[in-house]
Amino acid sequence: MKKDIILCGVGGQGILSIATIIGEAATAAGLNLKQAEVHGMSQRGGDVQSNLRLSTDVIYSDLIPMGEADVIISMEPMEALRYLPYLSKEGAVVTSSQSFVNIPNYPEVSAIDAELDKLPKVAKLDIEQIAKEVATVRSANVVLLGMAAPYIGILSTDELRGAVARVFERKGEAVVEANLKAFDAGVAAVG
Amino acid sequence: MKRLLLGDEAIALGALHAGLSGVYAYPGTPSTEITEFIQGDKLARERNVHSRWCTNEKTAMEAALGMSYAGKRALVCMKHVGMNVCADAFVNSAITGCNGGLIVLAADDPSMHSSQNEQDSRFYGKFAMIPVFEPSNQQEAYDMVEEAFALSERLKEPVLMRVVTRLAHSRAAVEIHDAKAENELSPETDRTHWVLLPGNAKRQYAALIEKQPVIAEAAADSEFNRLELCEDEPENKTGVICCGIGYNYVKEAVGNTMNVLKVSQYPLPEKDIVALAAVSENLLVVEDGQPVVEELVRGMLGAGYPVYGRLTGALPRAGELNPDNVAKALGVESNKVYDPSPVLAGRPPQFCQGCGHRDVYNALREVVAEFGDKARVFGDIGCYTLGALPPFTAIDSCVDMGASITMAKGAADAGVHPSIAIIGDSTFTHSGMTGLLDAVNDHSNIVVVISDNLTTGMTGGQDSAGTSKYEAICVALGVDPAHVRVIVPQPTKVEQIKEMIREEIAYPDVSVIIPRRECIQTLARHARQKAAARKQ
Ligand SMILES: Cc1ncc(C[n+]2csc(CCOP(=O)(O)OP(=O)(O)O)c2C)c(N)n1
Repeated sequence: MKKDIILCGVGGQGILSIATIIGEAATAAGLNLKQAEVHGMSQRGGDVQSNLRLSTDVIYSDLIPMGEADVIISMEPMEALRYLPYLSKEGAVVTSSQSFVNIPNYPEVSAIDAELDKLPKVAKLDIEQIAKEVATVRSANVVLLGMAAPYIGILSTDELRGAVARVFERKGEAVVEANLKAFDAGVAAVG
Repeated sequence: MKRLLLGDEAIALGALHAGLSGVYAYPGTPSTEITEFIQGDKLARERNVHSRWCTNEKTAMEAALGMSYAGKRALVCMKHVGMNVCADAFVNSAITGCNGGLIVLAADDPSMHSSQNEQDSRFYGKFAMIPVFEPSNQQEAYDMVEEAFALSERLKEPVLMRVVTRLAHSRAAVEIHDAKAENELSPETDRTHWVLLPGNAKRQYAALIEKQPVIAEAAADSEFNRLELCEDEPENKTGVICCGIGYNYVKEAVGNTMNVLKVSQYPLPEKDIVALAAVSENLLVVEDGQPVVEELVRGMLGAGYPVYGRLTGALPRAGELNPDNVAKALGVESNKVYDPSPVLAGRPPQFCQGCGHRDVYNALREVVAEFGDKARVFGDIGCYTLGALPPFTAIDSCVDMGASITMAKGAADAGVHPSIAIIGDSTFTHSGMTGLLDAVNDHSNIVVVISDNLTTGMTGGQDSAGTSKYEAICVALGVDPAHVRVIVPQPTKVEQIKEMIREEIAYPDVSVIIPRRECIQTLARHARQKAAARKQ
């Protein structure tokens, strides 16, 4: 079995933390993993993405071929659209509904929504609002991970939850608690 | 034991476990994480492995050569364009040869994700006539470092290791082993190798030429090169030469159904290429970067044998390899379902909110406008290059590290006025100081703005070599102290900065303006570190 995941957003939104958590869960589960990241220039408020490949078999390419991503996990709705050519036929898009507007020519929000609504599987929520309600706004990315959990498939929700706890362990109990709440809220929101 | 590592980190750990005594580097995407990993590693600290950043790639290369001279294993890391900066030392290190193992690591950036060109460092290896390693994955990167050090010591020659962005910045699990001891101190005793006066240099060059068959044999026997022929004759009669990570894309697309030659050590294993050609009707060369191998293979097989690759259009002439363009070249159909969405805008990188460079450009662009179309602003490389984009559109050039000052000087020599250079603090010490000396000696009518954010911002906030020394450097190089002026760039001071620029444009000799305020990214990081320290 294999799962190809594209994580995306705007530089600074915390997509690499999501990658770290999935990576931790995959390693603990004994899966093979490749994770191509973007470092450098585009981290300054530009578009960023990470290709995450999980498999029980050998993984060769660090990058996901077009048409093969099982899930696009996006911190920003327009950024989710950027990677559509990579999405597989039955692939899911899990995204924040809140636009991050730092360019003058940002498209109409309604047009973005219409594009997303055309896809077969979309989960789109205001993750910042949910994070604020159950924890702090800084856990919005973990809410998104919770929403994506059922689509990741190759790892169970419990395995991902365990990885959330382990990744934040160093930052103390309160941070772990907040992020577990955020994760659970994400899971519940799409469940 | 397995560890999840970036390609860069695998190289760093591989080097440490091979008994590294020092890494010498100037930051540059995608190579930066190698040195940063060593800086943060416990074993490296215990062993006191050198890892402090160097002022530029040339100083790094020479210091590493010195450590090798002393008998220890040294690693030099840089992005591809850094090879241009250290080329003099690099090429001549092949003439002197080395003592302790010496690896020069160049991280190429095909597709120019964070660079101004996509030059292929394998050319440099061929140019200097030394072995070149090109790992195909993270595990191989880790394992290869040890082999590369061993080969370097066996041949007494530096070796080049080339990686590309996609390997440097991709993570996978790597099986690691225990660390070997460092080499003992054993400085060279034979001066004739090292004093490259013509008499010695001729002998050394002849010796390097004599080593070529041994270097070729090492690659021919390398565990990293492998001819993989199918058990049954494959349907597809194309043989594929896969260099570095090109191998992964080929395997992703066709699995074990085609005859392939995996190449991760150069010079090219000629026997394997001839053997592959013999069982194939044509060859496809899959290499990331420039068509280095494609040209060589054509020469090897002669005009009658069809060889495809980037030169023939089978693969794109520019840009990095990816699973899609490689699959296409192999005739494998794409599973693509969705076309790019029409509702999409580009999102270029931009200055952080609160960044001091913003205030500098807000002032600069208004003063420049006062001169109609006469003024020119020569830019340089760093975060502040983003001043080229709207809403600032404030610089007219960006070529290579340090070129702002020297181009402004040349343009002023030609009659451009005002001729202004804008350069970052790290770029200034990297390659700006010598150009400033030229300008001082020529009394060039230029204004140099050193936008000092106390760090090497673009590459993630590494220490900057000249911090707290800029005024002293400029004055020592001969700039009149009255025209070395410092100001804090913040929104409330834009008028003051404008006035300062106007005054210095009016001064008909070299002047330097230093707007100085810490990068807000490193400021936040330092605050977090302080808070964490307080908690403990
Ligand atoms: C020869 C060479 N080495 C390294 C780099 C990578 N690089 C680009 S900008 C930069 C540093 C810029 O630092 P600074 O001048 O202080 O400006 P800042 O980004 O902090 O604004 C580096 C290391 C390069 N482009 N060329």
